[in-house]
Amino acid sequence: MNWALTVATAFEAIRSRRMRSLLTVLGIFIGIASVTLTIGLGEGAKLEITNRISALGSNLLVVMPGSGNAIFGGNTLRSTLTIEDAQMLTDSEVAPDIAAVAPIMMTSSAVSAGDYSWTTTAYGTSPQWLSVRARSLAAGRFFTQMEVDDAAPVVVLGTNTANELFGSIEDAVGRAVLMGSAQYNVVGVLLTQGSMGLMSEDDLVVMPWTTQSQRLMNGTNKVAVIYVAVATEGQLSQAYQETYAALLASHGLTEEHPDFGITSLQSIMDVVSSVTTLLTLLLTGLAGISLLVGGVGVMNIMLVSVTERVKEIGLRKALGARPSSIRNQFLVEAVFLALFGGLLGLALGYLASAIIPGLIGLPVVVSVPASLIALGVSALVGVVAGVYPATRAAKLAPIDALRSE
Amino acid sequence: MSVAPVVQMQDIWKTYDTGAVEVHALRGVDLEIAAGEYVAIIGPSGSGKSTLMHIIGCLDVPTAGEYLLDGEDVAELNENQLAEIRNKRIGFVFQQFHLLPSLDARRNVELPLVYAGVGAVERSARALKALEQVGLSERAEHRPGELSGGQQQRVAVARALVTNPSIILADEPTGNLDSVSTNDMLGLLSELHAQGRTIILITHDQEVADTAQRIVYVRDGQITADSAQNKPQNEVVHLDNAVSRAAGDVKTAEVIKVAGVAKAGKAAKAGKAVVL
Repeated sequence: MNWALTVATAFEAIRSRRMRSLLTVLGIFIGIASVTLTIGLGEGAKLEITNRISALGSNLLVVMPGSGNAIFGGNTLRSTLTIEDAQMLTDSEVAPDIAAVAPIMMTSSAVSAGDYSWTTTAYGTSPQWLSVRARSLAAGRFFTQMEVDDAAPVVVLGTNTANELFGSIEDAVGRAVLMGSAQYNVVGVLLTQGSMGLMSEDDLVVMPWTTQSQRLMNGTNKVAVIYVAVATEGQLSQAYQETYAALLASHGLTEEHPDFGITSLQSIMDVVSSVTTLLTLLLTGLAGISLLVGGVGVMNIMLVSVTERVKEIGLRKALGARPSSIRNQFLVEAVFLALFGGLLGLALGYLASAIIPGLIGLPVVVSVPASLIALGVSALVGVVAGVYPATRAAKLAPIDALRSE
Repeated sequence: MSVAPVVQMQDIWKTYDTGAVEVHALRGVDLEIAAGEYVAIIGPSGSGKSTLMHIIGCLDVPTAGEYLLDGEDVAELNENQLAEIRNKRIGFVFQQFHLLPSLDARRNVELPLVYAGVGAVERSARALKALEQVGLSERAEHRPGELSGGQQQRVAVARALVTNPSIILADEPTGNLDSVSTNDMLGLLSELHAQGRTIILITHDQEVADTAQRIVYVRDGQITADSAQNKPQNEVVHLDNAVSRAAGDVKTAEVIKVAGVAKAGKAAKAGKAVVL
């Protein structure tokens, strides 16, 4: 019997037992649906995190005080990094691979304009900040090196801050804000960036570090973080070495006891995406268990089906079906059932992927290769679940099969 | 007229080893059936006639002995070769019809051709022709559930015919039929015999057996009488008047055969000799 006929026969057998076929594939249906959705959610989360991090620029090193890892805490209250450290890193003799350095002093501050008052974070930094953090301006300009040298009272506002204080971005430029007792001129407003975790990238005040140090932070030279940018990603590890060596030397420390940590955004991204991948794998594994259970279900029903159809098998054999024809018939039937369940599962997975982002605000990325793999896995489950029942059917002696009442 | 016999059995034994005891279902059966014969194999349940039928039909293989089907030794064949023999040389008709309920009559008849690898167009044409031979062409698109018992058995006969086999092997074909359908079926078999087909009919019913041209009696795994030889093969102890009846009926049957088969069924049913 050729394959087309075998397939047709299997299809007919499934169609003639619709309800049972549907129930048989329930396990695979749920399994494939959850695998599809889990992978989709994992991929979505990874994409979102990657997008956010890469928006910050992947050619970036983050130097933070304290010996711990920058992502997983370890920040000490006592800052060990200074403006002098940052200035040293700008020296091309010390660190030839570093393109730009942006030290950041950070403090919380109340800002007011007219009757409106707003509490936000003030960043004191260098003009390089704009390029280092890959930000751009919505209106006005950024402050200049000359303004840093002069400790000029100029600020650049985040989009949200500008909106809170002035009602619109355009209105903010050229106006003045009050911080403490001093007045500052608003020279520009940053383009919106979105939020990254709990910290809003759009609610901030940026000013020359000299201004911030003198007027808001009692003349401190401590910085909260130093951003180091390289021209190309390939220079990242070189820049890392240079920064590390220079800071160790200037702090008079050995490699065993650094008082700062350097992290690249790439490494943060790697960690985050490996965590997400791990979680996705774990959940996929759980969903895979339901696929396994589904496969056992198919095998079970196929065994019942063989027992029920002993007469049919006997008849087919009496009419000249070879054992292989019978085996193929039941094997193809099992594979079809499993594929059918897989297709239904994919449909549910895609449907859920379309609905869920609207419900919980998480993106779901369904990938075509993953779907094809899911279908392949269903077919494989069908083969594995079908082999034993099909072999049993093929081995039935025609007389035993015909005799059974 | 004929060359080698269709069925040639020599000292066929079939032993089932049930563990505790060995059951001898057949104990040395010798049987020859020539092409074009219409043979009834009759015996009570447990006589071994079903086992004999299974071996003739290549559904089972003998434990010992030689069986030549169309001159070919089938004892040594493997599963696939037996499947091919069943497909090409044997046409089965069963007591329970054994039609697939999800397929219509035509597609049921097509089944053996499917396994023979015949293409769809030819399959359909041959199936329709076979259905026509059993007088059911207008029911070709009906499923078994929509047919009467007698019609279902006719479909089964068409299915047995469709591969143009050497033997039509009918196992209690009338066992599930009422008397009208029984006559109908026996008439059909006689008709096929008249067309030159070799028919082997397995039954426990003397009246049914009487329609055949030759009757072989099976008891306790042995052939106890064969009307072709006109005398019992073994000792006559437990043979009752069946033998003498058989002898008489054979004459009857032969007379009928000469006269034409159309009335054979009725005549046999009436249990009378028809003198023409």
